[in-house]
Amino acid sequence: MTANLHLIPLLPLLGAAFSLLFGKRLGKNVVTLVTCGAVAAAALVTLQMTFILHHDLPPGGALVDTFFEAPWMKAGDLNLSAGLWFDALTAVMCCVVTVIGFLIHVYASAYMEHDENYTRFFAYLNLFMGAMLILVLGDSMPVTFVGWEGVGLCSYLLIGFWFDKDANATAGRKAFVVNRIGDFGFLLAMFLIFYHTGTLKYSELASHIDGLHNILWLGLPVACFAGLLVLVGATGKSAQIPLYVWLPDAMAGPTPVSALIHAATMVTAGVYVTSRLHVVYEAYPQALAWIAGIGALTALFAATIGFAQRDLKKVLAYSTISQLGFMFVAVGSYVNGSSNYASGVFHLMTHAFFKAGLFLGAGSVMHAMENEGDIMKMGGLRKHLPHTHATFLIYCLAIAGIFPLAGFWSKDAILGGAFAAQWDVQNAGPVAAWFAMHAGKIIYGVMLTAAGCTAFYMFRLYYLVFHGKFRGTHEQEHHLHESPARMTVVLWCLAIGTILSGFLGVPESILPESLHHFGDLLGEWLKPVVGVQLHEESAGQFLGFAFVATAVSVAGIGSAYIFFLKDDGVRAKNFVATFPRLYRVVFNKYYVDEFYNAVVVRPLRGLSRILWKFFDEIIIDKLFVGGTAAIVNGFGKSVKYLQNGDAQRYVVGVLVGMALILRVSTHYSAAHAAQFHVDQDGHAVTAVPQNDAYTTNVRFKVEWGDGQESDADSAHPRGLKHQYASSGTYKIRLETTDSRWQTTASRSETVVVR
Amino acid sequence: MILTILTFLPIAGALCLLFIPREEEGLHRGIALGTALATFFWSLRLLPDFDTGGFNHVVDSEWVPKLGIHYHMGVDGISLWLVMLTTFLMPIVLLSTYSSITKKVREFMVAVLVLEAGMIGTFLALDMFLFYVFWEIMLIPMYFIIGIWGGDRRLYAAIKFVLYTMVGSLLMIVAILYLYVKHHELTQVWSFDYFALSKVALGRHEELYCFLAFALAFCIKVPLFPFHTWLPDAHVEAPTAGSVLLAAVMLKFGTYGLLRYAIPLFPHAFVVCAPYLATLSVIGIIYGSLVAFAQTDIKKMIAYSSVAHLAFVVLGLAMWNAKSVDGAVYQMLAHGISTGGLFLCIGALYERRHTRKLDEYGGIATIMPRFFAIFLIITLASVGLPALSGFVGEFLILLGSFTASKSWAAAGLPLMVPHHTTLYAFLATTGVILSAVYMLYLFQRVMFGPLSNARNRDLKDLSAREVVIFIPMVVMAFWLGIYPSTFLTGIDPAVQRTIAEFKAKQEASGDVAKIVHVTETGR
Repeated sequence: MTANLHLIPLLPLLGAAFSLLFGKRLGKNVVTLVTCGAVAAAALVTLQMTFILHHDLPPGGALVDTFFEAPWMKAGDLNLSAGLWFDALTAVMCCVVTVIGFLIHVYASAYMEHDENYTRFFAYLNLFMGAMLILVLGDSMPVTFVGWEGVGLCSYLLIGFWFDKDANATAGRKAFVVNRIGDFGFLLAMFLIFYHTGTLKYSELASHIDGLHNILWLGLPVACFAGLLVLVGATGKSAQIPLYVWLPDAMAGPTPVSALIHAATMVTAGVYVTSRLHVVYEAYPQALAWIAGIGALTALFAATIGFAQRDLKKVLAYSTISQLGFMFVAVGSYVNGSSNYASGVFHLMTHAFFKAGLFLGAGSVMHAMENEGDIMKMGGLRKHLPHTHATFLIYCLAIAGIFPLAGFWSKDAILGGAFAAQWDVQNAGPVAAWFAMHAGKIIYGVMLTAAGCTAFYMFRLYYLVFHGKFRGTHEQEHHLHESPARMTVVLWCLAIGTILSGFLGVPESILPESLHHFGDLLGEWLKPVVGVQLHEESAGQFLGFAFVATAVSVAGIGSAYIFFLKDDGVRAKNFVATFPRLYRVVFNKYYVDEFYNAVVVRPLRGLSRILWKFFDEIIIDKLFVGGTAAIVNGFGKSVKYLQNGDAQRYVVGVLVGMALILRVSTHYSAAHAAQFHVDQDGHAVTAVPQNDAYTTNVRFKVEWGDGQESDADSAHPRGLKHQYASSGTYKIRLETTDSRWQTTASRSETVVVR
Repeated sequence: MILTILTFLPIAGALCLLFIPREEEGLHRGIALGTALATFFWSLRLLPDFDTGGFNHVVDSEWVPKLGIHYHMGVDGISLWLVMLTTFLMPIVLLSTYSSITKKVREFMVAVLVLEAGMIGTFLALDMFLFYVFWEIMLIPMYFIIGIWGGDRRLYAAIKFVLYTMVGSLLMIVAILYLYVKHHELTQVWSFDYFALSKVALGRHEELYCFLAFALAFCIKVPLFPFHTWLPDAHVEAPTAGSVLLAAVMLKFGTYGLLRYAIPLFPHAFVVCAPYLATLSVIGIIYGSLVAFAQTDIKKMIAYSSVAHLAFVVLGLAMWNAKSVDGAVYQMLAHGISTGGLFLCIGALYERRHTRKLDEYGGIATIMPRFFAIFLIITLASVGLPALSGFVGEFLILLGSFTASKSWAAAGLPLMVPHHTTLYAFLATTGVILSAVYMLYLFQRVMFGPLSNARNRDLKDLSAREVVIFIPMVVMAFWLGIYPSTFLTGIDPAVQRTIAEFKAKQEASGDVAKIVHVTETGR
């Protein structure tokens, strides 16, 4: 069914264009109205489309809007159209993006109020919304890629929004370049998929998937490579190991940007795209094991870095990386023909609420602290910032996974899925087969640990910021105040979302019979598009998982309390004093940035300098090009001494030259004249010169081969005649002499006289 | 007639300038600009009813009958957009010289107009002698533009440029004459006609030598690694207008020549050489990007980026399938817009500060917001961001290369390892990362950071005239990125025809020279 889907991304794009072109002249209020209005309108259209999708179409249906019909890009056997595609998965993504995007726009209109580049900021935000919506709405990989790179661009622009500080601009550039490494994978995945299926449209992939399935490459189906290449793209955008390094630096951008782009929406693009391309993964499920593995590793790794960070936003950044790892684990948790995509998307949604809230809360705190971000200089803020504190606590409890907040439901769904995961393996060795059967349990253990760590570092943050004594300056303490209503209202809206959104994923099994149709609403909604993980989970099992997970979370919270709040955090200080080296390693994020610098960045820089200074300038230009020039030049130089203005020398030169010319030309004439052919008439033989033109000034002499000779001063028109005495074979030799210069030439011919 | 007027209108304008006193600079500029605009509007007449099946508006009359030289011109889907690019850029370039060229204005205008005629003629010529004449005509004005209005080392750069190009073109004329004689030998007809000569299928060895002669001339022009070292010097020393024309149009003659002449005329030799061409392109992409990253001179950086971008084009040609060649032609247009735009941007900066050193800039975004927006868009177009000009070409080239093993096998190209072409594509795709590395580095160093250099404090933002210069470039950057159909509907059939004729000739030719009949389109 066709629908005006293009309105959804177009409205924010127009908002961006409008603010960029006219914003400065029309003032802040108009800009706020236009940009927030554009996003609100996009949200309304999204809701309308979702309603249509739900009401007018059967499950699994989709709305389409081809805004550039084929041939939009036609080259050979490639014939693309560009359009938008709205199915259940898109609907969830669009709702999250537009609703949270709208809330953050409203928040930002207060937060950025005094920034002199207010207009530019909102134009970029709207541009981002447009790009993000194209990303999730694209009906084919190229259209998605337009949005994919577009959000990367906006991320670049917004991280470096305060570009007069070089560090900010560098952080933006780092984000873009690292993301490009991911894009490299995404592009190659596109090429590979097109090569073997002949299509890039999501709706056509499923029916063409055989090409990916059946063709082997280095002994593996190409689906494996396609899946892993998409994963490379996803690790870039969603900040997973090994490409996560840009996200912590991205905190250089204004806080609403961190909330919108680097927590709630853009960074989830990797999760979205892997879910969107689920048919590719289902063609080779082992690739999903990689996703789960990378997700689990990242979740734990980033969580531990969160233990020792002092910057409020940096803690949240590592938390985001870690939570994205949870989503990756969900996407990768495969069993019996389908993977746990629905839980990944569920966590994506709940996380969008509480993580956006956490960032906006952090923004509110920093607003009150005059842009101080060091949590060691905060403390006791709950008295001064009651709304911020209350909502922040809700978010912290949610991310820690405490019942009945959203994080509880989505995290449990992921943990349960991971525990049940088993990847199909064909022709694998015993180790791989064992691993495919049991890796799910290992990942479950890792994730449980990561969940505990999450509770620990989040409550460390919470206690350090809102409890205890204030550790900042007096001026800061004097200045402390709650944020304006526009910001706190948004915080409460997100808190409500954090409380309610979890109920979209309550497992059916624990609900009483009468409420069964409220069970797992989101999963049911997504089921026709991505399928659901088919693992049986009874109420008892669920409660078991929930109990374990909650116990771990509570333990995390408790230890955070013991370490950082009880007795003024003396235990944390003691711990640091006892293990200073461990603390430093974690504080410096395991020196991964330094490692990348040493292994990638600096060698690349050095290589490019060597290539330029040595190879380009010396080898190619001096040796190769200059060498050729030097040879020519040397020849010219050696000849130039002939031309020095000395008249006598010139006369000599002229004479020598003339002599040479004469010598050459006369030789030429003698040689030509010497060409002859033989006419034979019995014993009478005639030698006839062939080139009459050269026969003047030439004397001929013929040796007939029988001891006799003939002479002629000039060419006899009919040649020189000779009568042989007897039969036999004779060698005739004709010699010509130029009478002007005495040059000679000769030729021989053999005749048989019978 | 349309094509004749198109080619000689700039010459007519140049002649007019000669009758106007040298002091009337304003008038000279006005007439030159007017001529360029008129040429552009005249070129728009090519678009309606364009027959993508073959050559349009063909003119063919005898020029030197005894030698079989014809005045034979025509335009097909490949040359159409390149001609349009030339006529489109010319008024922009002339408008940009209002502030940058202040000495010998009349001579400059004449040089630029003659250059335009030469460039249009080279794209349109269908007689190889005529092609060669136009090809050499281009060289002379560019020599003067660099040598007279250039920077400090202008003479060195100008001579290097001319000598380099001459070496190639001399070899090319030898090959053209060889074909010419061979054609006479086989048919007893003297002819330089493109279609007549393309029927000559040479024997294996002579074909290889002729191909190498053509290819060398074109690869120098591109310039393909390792023949590229004239380009940085020429770009650095040339005035802005010269750099723009050099980068945006003149480099394309190398790739255009490969596509129109070298490859279709000598299919077997191409098949032998394609892996080497592809290898050099991949090296060029990575090497050009890396060397660009090390530069401290902005113009040099962009010059090396051109080496990388044009290497993409050669890769697309070497892969020789519809997608990659379409992409190559598309990339030629896109590169014309993006790199032309980049040189205009640098020109705007240079006029204000008279330096090209990266270290002298920083924080410009604060004081030149309009410039910031335009420079950003053009930079991103150059980086190949989707929805901007650079993406479509790169995408098609890389996709075409990735999937080329089928067409390579079909064309009899050697596949050293299975999925050999995929490896090329894989390596070339790293160029996508590298282009972001150096372009964003350049952008940051110029635009971002604190405004610490006191001499940059009171730079003026773009004037209305400059904005007028940039707007068409920005519009085209978006158009090429968002709606490729406009251009590909012309390019694709022409490319497919070229490939089909290549194939027909390849199948028909053998070990000894003979006349073969390829399809009869466009005659």
